[in-house]
This record gives sequence, C-alpha cells and structure tokens, in this order.
Amino acid sequence: MSGQVPRKTVFAFIGPAVIGLALVGIAPLLYALWTSLHFYNLTKLRRVEFIGLENYWTVLTDEVFWQAMGRTFFLLGTALPLQIALGLGIALVLHQPGLTLVKTLARLSLVLPMATTYAVVGLLGQVMFNQKFGVVNQLLGGADINWIGDPENAFAMIIFWDVWQWTPFVALVLLAGLTMVPGEVEEAARLETKSKWTVLRYVQLPFLLPGLVAVLILRTADTLKLFDMVFTLTRGGPGSSTEFISLMIQRVGFRGFDQGLASAQAIILLIITIVLAQIYIRVFYKEV
Amino acid sequence: MTSTRSLFSQIALLVLIITVCVFPFYWMVTTSLKTQIVALEAPPVWIFEPTLSNYREALFEDGVLRTLINSLIIAISTTFLALVLGVPAAFALARFEFRGKKDLWFWFITNRMISPIVLALPFFLIARNLGLLDKHITLILIYLTFNLPIVIWIVTDQFRGIPYDLDEAARLEGASQFTIMRKICLPLAMPGVAVSAIFSFIFSWNELMFGLILTRSEAKTAPAMAVSFMEGYNLPYGKIMATSTLIVIPVLIFALIASKQLVRGLTMGAVK
Repeated sequence: MSGQVPRKTVFAFIGPAVIGLALVGIAPLLYALWTSLHFYNLTKLRRVEFIGLENYWTVLTDEVFWQAMGRTFFLLGTALPLQIALGLGIALVLHQPGLTLVKTLARLSLVLPMATTYAVVGLLGQVMFNQKFGVVNQLLGGADINWIGDPENAFAMIIFWDVWQWTPFVALVLLAGLTMVPGEVEEAARLETKSKWTVLRYVQLPFLLPGLVAVLILRTADTLKLFDMVFTLTRGGPGSSTEFISLMIQRVGFRGFDQGLASAQAIILLIITIVLAQIYIRVFYKEV
Repeated sequence: MTSTRSLFSQIALLVLIITVCVFPFYWMVTTSLKTQIVALEAPPVWIFEPTLSNYREALFEDGVLRTLINSLIIAISTTFLALVLGVPAAFALARFEFRGKKDLWFWFITNRMISPIVLALPFFLIARNLGLLDKHITLILIYLTFNLPIVIWIVTDQFRGIPYDLDEAARLEGASQFTIMRKICLPLAMPGVAVSAIFSFIFSWNELMFGLILTRSEAKTAPAMAVSFMEGYNLPYGKIMATSTLIVIPVLIFALIASKQLVRGLTMGAVK
C-alpha cells in the first residue's frame, strides 16, 4: 500500500508534530521527575535541595495518598457497572426497530451530557443538589437531604453525575456494536428462541466485547484524571470524602505548595496509569 | 395487543431517556433567568417572570465576556496549531513506511491517558520561570498535549481511506509528496479534518484544570471564571448558571453537528 520514502521526507512531515509534543508533553514530565527528587516548596524556593527518593518514600507510606487512590477506584467500581448496565439497556431499546423519529431524538439527547463542560456539571450540581432550594430534593417529594455537606451523600452525588455524563457514551458505543451484528443472524436467532437474554448472550455479546474493552480502558483513564466536575462541586470535601487522586495532587502542589511531594505523587500516578493500560492491553488484546 | 403495550412502554422508556439527558439543561437555563431572590426560593419555583439581568451583569460587569473571548482565542489557536502540526504527521503515518512507526503511533495516542495534573505541576513551574504565566500562548501550547493526538488519530484514519492510486498517478506527473498531500489528499480528507477540528475545539473550550492553574486574570478562561464565582457565602446562582449556559451552548451546537463521529472521537480508535 504505502511507499518507501527518504528519511528526510518522513522527518519533514512528522518531525514538527514529534518535536511539538515532546516539548509540551515530555519536557514537563522530565521536569516533574527532577522536581520529585528534590525538596521543592513554592514558599521556600531558597532551599531547593536534592533528597533522592525521600518524596517517593513519603508518598508510598502515606495513608492519605492511598485513601485517595482507593476512593478513585471505588468510584470506578461503583459507577462503571452502573454505566454499563444502564448503557446496555439504552442501547438495546434504541436498537429495536421502529419509532425512528423518537429514537433519533433520544440519540441526539444522549450527545448532550458527554459534551457538557465538566466544570459546568459540577456547578449545576451545586444548584440542583442544594439542600434547601435544590430541585433534586423537591423531586424526591420534598426530602431534606444534605447532599453537599454530608460525606456519603456527596460521594453518591459524584457517582450520580459520573453516571449521568458517561452512561450515554457507553450506550452509544454499545449501540455501534449492536448494529455490527449481521441482520440475518439476529433474525434467525430470534426465530430459534424467544429469550432476549439468549440472543444477547450468544449472538450479540461477541460484537459488544471490543466496545466494552474500550469503555473499560477509557473510563479507567478518565476516572484517574477526574478533576473538573468534582472540583466545582465539592472541592474534594466534606473533609476528604470526595478527594480523588487528581484533586489530592492539586491540593498538595498548589494549596500546600509542596511541588516536590506533589510531583512524586504525579509520577506514581503516571506509573499506575501506564501499568494499568499495559495490563488491559495484554489481557484484552492478546494478539497485539 | 402485547405489541401495542410494548410499543407504549418503548415510547415511555425513550421519553424517560430524553428527559434525564435534557432536564439538567432545562434547569440550568431557567435558573439563569431567575433573579437571586427567585433562585433562592425554597422549594424551587417552576413558573416565574424571566429576566436577562444575570446575563447582562455577568457579561458586562463581571468580565465574563472577556473570558469567553479568551477561551475562543485559545481554543481556535490551539486547534489551528494542532492541525498544522498534525495533518502532515497523519499523512506520513498513513502513507509512508518507516522504522518505529507503530511505537510513534502508540505514543501519540497514549497521551490521551495521562492525567493533566501530571503535566500541570511541572508546566506551572516552567511557565513561571519563563514568565509565561497568565498568557494565552501557555494554554495554547499545553492544550496541544491532547489536541495533537486527536487530530493525528482522526486524520490518519481519513487519509488511509483515500485510494493510493491517486498518489501514484500524481507522482507519475512529477508531484512532490507535499503537493500530493495538499492538492490531492487533503481536499478528500476535509470531512475528517473538520471533525478533528471540532473535537479539538470542544476539548480546549471545556478544559478547566490548566486554565485554573496557569492563568490569573489576563488569559483567564470562561470555566475558570465560572469557578471564581464560587467564593464566599450567598452564591450568585443565577449568574453562575448564566455563565454556565454561555459556556455550554456553543459546545453543544458543535457536538450535535459532529454527533455521528462523537463516539469515535472519544474512543480514539480503541473500539476498532
């Protein structure tokens, strides 16, 4: 298909992008690595000092760091199954024949949550979940639930928004998978059995798997990144009940001013991300 | 009769899906049209006399207009830069054979996985040392870390779909690779280029963390501005929702235009 061309030509085309991304992507990483090996506090810049792996040791033995990590994975472990179950349900409803107009409308409205600015979702949460004048308590029949001020409720609220924003994504990915199933095969299967479950399990599932793997990989990466929505909704509170890993690093680096420690946390987060991505790829894409 | 019943339940389900997706936007827009007194009524009121005062105040007295313009400048510039750097790279990835092509491809794509906070810490220090804090260019550059991979992925995909025979024919005429890209492949790849530009714009426009950390006032972005309303007691909810509406509306329009490609853009080829 494609051709052999002189190295110079290859470089002329691809060099600028590589250099650009190296400057804005890799140089900061190297700098973070350097910072993580130093005592580097923004308020005490006169005494920047090489301290080797001490920051890493502090992070690895820090209960608070692992709690934030645990919270992050707990969120993933609760929100993702919900998103997959609801997303699959929506995809199956949309996959049924007929009602084209309403379905088109539904598909378009699914686009809205995932395109919404994440920071705005958090701000919207502040308004809708307010204890006194929030519409959520009103819709719950005049309930008097303190969503934002109670640790467990705040966590539930974050799960709600994560599910609201990302279920449509799962639904559309799975819908794309469902449309890949050859029509004759699906019809033949429906003549054989009345059980929708059997059709789903044996006929449709194989076509859904690649999408599910993609959802798993991307939702994991995005949950590790999660910042904007939580920052505008709870700032990690109350206490540290919704302080996920990105929020914690931001707090240590920019409110605690300890850039050395925060850099070590960031590098460890990066390593965890890369290891997870590798594991996923090895397990799910064996042929690669 | 079961079919009529299942038809009804199907319609009910679809209406439920639409309502859940759209209701928060309805609430955002209506709250933005409430005065502070109406917005703070408990329980919330659904029928009231709408006013545009929140928009007027936010835009012209609090300087939201300027942050919207900043966001616009930054999102358009970084998209343009990502296209200038990304399109030739995509062409090379789609058309040339060279060593390390797969690794390079993988490296471009994995940039999507990295948490922005990992880059935000050192980037803040570098920008601070170079005197680049609170400048548009700083955000334009850092946004390349996620825009360039988007552009490269979508456009490579698009270039691959263009028959190679066209290149061959042009080469026989004596065209250079650059001419082939610009005159033959690029016009055919325009739909993909446009979609990648829309995504790049949406992601830059939506971004908060870098905007928060790397700007103060001059280059402050609209999401960072919205957050700054959140200080203190007695929050101006109507104004916050007015600003949110102004931020969200253009993105939603773009997203609806590109809705067919949205999932592919978000998964960046992981599904294939």
